[in-house]
Amino acid sequence: MFDNLQDKLEGAFKVLKGQGSITEINVAETMKEIRKALLDADVNYKTAKAFTDEVKQKALGQHVLTAVSPGQLLTKIMNDELTALMGGNVDELNVKANPTVILIAGLNGAGKTTFSGKLALHLKSHKHKKPLLVAGDVYRPAAIDQLEVLAGQVGADVYTNRESTDPVKIALEGIAHGKQNGNNVIIIDTAGRLTLDDALMNEIAEVKQATQPQEVLFVVDAMTGQDAVNTAKAFNDRLDFTGVVLTKLDGDTRGGAALSIKSVVNKPIKFVGTGEKMDALDVFHPDRMASRILGMGDVISLVERA
Amino acid sequence: EKTKDTFFSKISKAVVGKSTVDDDVLDELEEILVTSDVGVATTLKVVERVQKRVARDKYVNTSELNNILREEVQALLEENNSADFQNFNYTDHKPYVIMVVGVNGVGKTTTIGKLAHQLKAAGQKVVIGAADTFRAAAVEQIQLWGRRADVRVVSQGMNADPASVAFDTLQSAVANGEDVAIIDTAGRLHNKVGLMNELSKIKNVMQKVVPGAPHEILLVLDASTGQNAVEQCKQFTQATDVNALALTKLDGTAKGGVVIGISDQFKIPVKYIGVGEKMTDLQLFNKKEFVDSLFGK
Ligand SMILES: Nc1nc2c(ncn2[C@@H]2O[C@H](COP(=O)(O)OP(=O)(O)OP(=O)(O)O)[C@@H](O)[C@H]2O)c(=O)[nH]1
Ligand SMILES: Nc1nc2c(ncn2[C@@H]2O[C@H](COP(=O)(O)OP(=O)(O)OP(=O)(O)O)[C@@H](O)[C@H]2O)c(=O)[nH]1
Ligand SMILES: [Mg+2]
Ligand SMILES: [Mg+2]
Repeated sequence: MFDNLQDKLEGAFKVLKGQGSITEINVAETMKEIRKALLDADVNYKTAKAFTDEVKQKALGQHVLTAVSPGQLLTKIMNDELTALMGGNVDELNVKANPTVILIAGLNGAGKTTFSGKLALHLKSHKHKKPLLVAGDVYRPAAIDQLEVLAGQVGADVYTNRESTDPVKIALEGIAHGKQNGNNVIIIDTAGRLTLDDALMNEIAEVKQATQPQEVLFVVDAMTGQDAVNTAKAFNDRLDFTGVVLTKLDGDTRGGAALSIKSVVNKPIKFVGTGEKMDALDVFHPDRMASRILGMGDVISLVERA
Repeated sequence: EKTKDTFFSKISKAVVGKSTVDDDVLDELEEILVTSDVGVATTLKVVERVQKRVARDKYVNTSELNNILREEVQALLEENNSADFQNFNYTDHKPYVIMVVGVNGVGKTTTIGKLAHQLKAAGQKVVIGAADTFRAAAVEQIQLWGRRADVRVVSQGMNADPASVAFDTLQSAVANGEDVAIIDTAGRLHNKVGLMNELSKIKNVMQKVVPGAPHEILLVLDASTGQNAVEQCKQFTQATDVNALALTKLDGTAKGGVVIGISDQFKIPVKYIGVGEKMTDLQLFNKKEFVDSLFGK
């Protein structure tokens, strides 16, 4: 796939090479290839279109100095634009309140429970907090066991109630337990749910309403395709979440969903998951994500050779 | 009531006020396919075929265009050359061994639970091997599914050697005269060489107990996955000779259009679809029904 993209862009950039300024004609072919590359990277169709139109407008009529080729100039415009779109600076988690309540939400299998464990470890070792993990998934077989095992691995407290099937009740009990136990951050894991499931979407809205969390984090798989925009929007409509967590970035997906989500809900991406182990968590870097989506390593080396 | 946006409703919007299929309409078709994760290359192929068919005609209305697009998508799936599976009965081998593989969180364990239930209902004796010994509480999860479906689960607990669990499972399946053995494996990303090699090892060990096993290597794909599913298909096939696909989470807004692109590139049949979290939420894949659901009848 990458070789393919490189070949295509190579061809497209040839059209630009050696020309004095960027014109409608010499930029059109390149934009077409870039749009295809974005779609292959799972950037949403409309987002990709808007992005290439924007880049084209910025590029048109720009005079190319002797030192740079049109291709180089275009690459820079594109990279700057995408980095800006991905959100300027790193957005920290708000954990000032005592206790701070953090609600975790997302589709089935996105990586919520794993992230909950990772976040507890992160807050413990980097922010010197005493986190409590609350097992609010009453549906998935062995979800409670899973959270307990992870809590054990990271050395965090955990609250479970195996008798109850009411996530609102468990969440409130968890907060009460945490206050008594001196936990200053309370992380509530929830069951995976699809946005078409009204009952489950209502349920998590109720958990939010009852617990009044400072942070609501939407956990999403980096491999998600075009549906990412619908899902992010549906969760945001119900929960008005405060941030996004992008998981499984240790794979080879280009992760275009990140751009789509950002452009449709405009909420900061706060963390990325980079593995199954509890320490495989990074803060989000917009510039790295931008070059990943563009396959920018390729593009830059390509322009340098031009 | 919320329903999935169907191709038909989108096509209707695209052709409203148009008298012929012009570039704008073709662009709209492209958008419809790409936004269903069909992928750029396969989309262009389908749009080109549609274009060829309508070029001669002057006027095409919504339902005609809808039918043409539907026929072309269906035709593309048919070119895969695989007949849809008709039932949950596997009698060509005993035990019939199924190894289930895929990236993290796609629904492998759940699919196994549902499949065990279906097979049991079809009168088969089933055993499950808990060879995901890595993910937290993976063994407990599959044991719970075993209890739900009322089938035996062989396990050696967490951190055991997965190949050894698979070996044990097949040995006891032979001893017990079970008809089907299903092996759960840990989720793994296809770019991790060590983990992919582990799969080959599990597979090889099984052949020592049951020659020709595993008969079915089932790659589970999540319907909401985008173009990375193509790479998953490629890498897992290289490592383990995948010969069947399952598409999960089709009860959501994602339509799983990526399997159209996949069937254009790989000749691996989709065998099962997952349509919910309950034990009964597994169906055999049917091309016509799949295309119907994309197009909204
Ligand atoms: N490689 C990799 N795997 C991950 C990452 N995050 C989570 N996983 C894996 O993804 C799978 C699903 O993770 P879970 O944490 O169980 O996901 P979940 O969202 O809680 O799932 P449900 O509760 O069933 O909806 C597990 O196999 C995890 O180990 C990541 O960043 N990288
Ligand atoms: N709605 C819906 N959820 C599903 C479906 N199949 C699986 N799930 C859910 O997806 C999540 C992950 O399922 P698992 O079966 O644990 O996935 P897995 O591939 O075994 O995960 P790992 O072993 O961690 O890699 C769970 O919450 C399941 O209930 C489906 O068809 N529809
Ligand atoms: Mg979970
Ligand atoms: Mg599993």
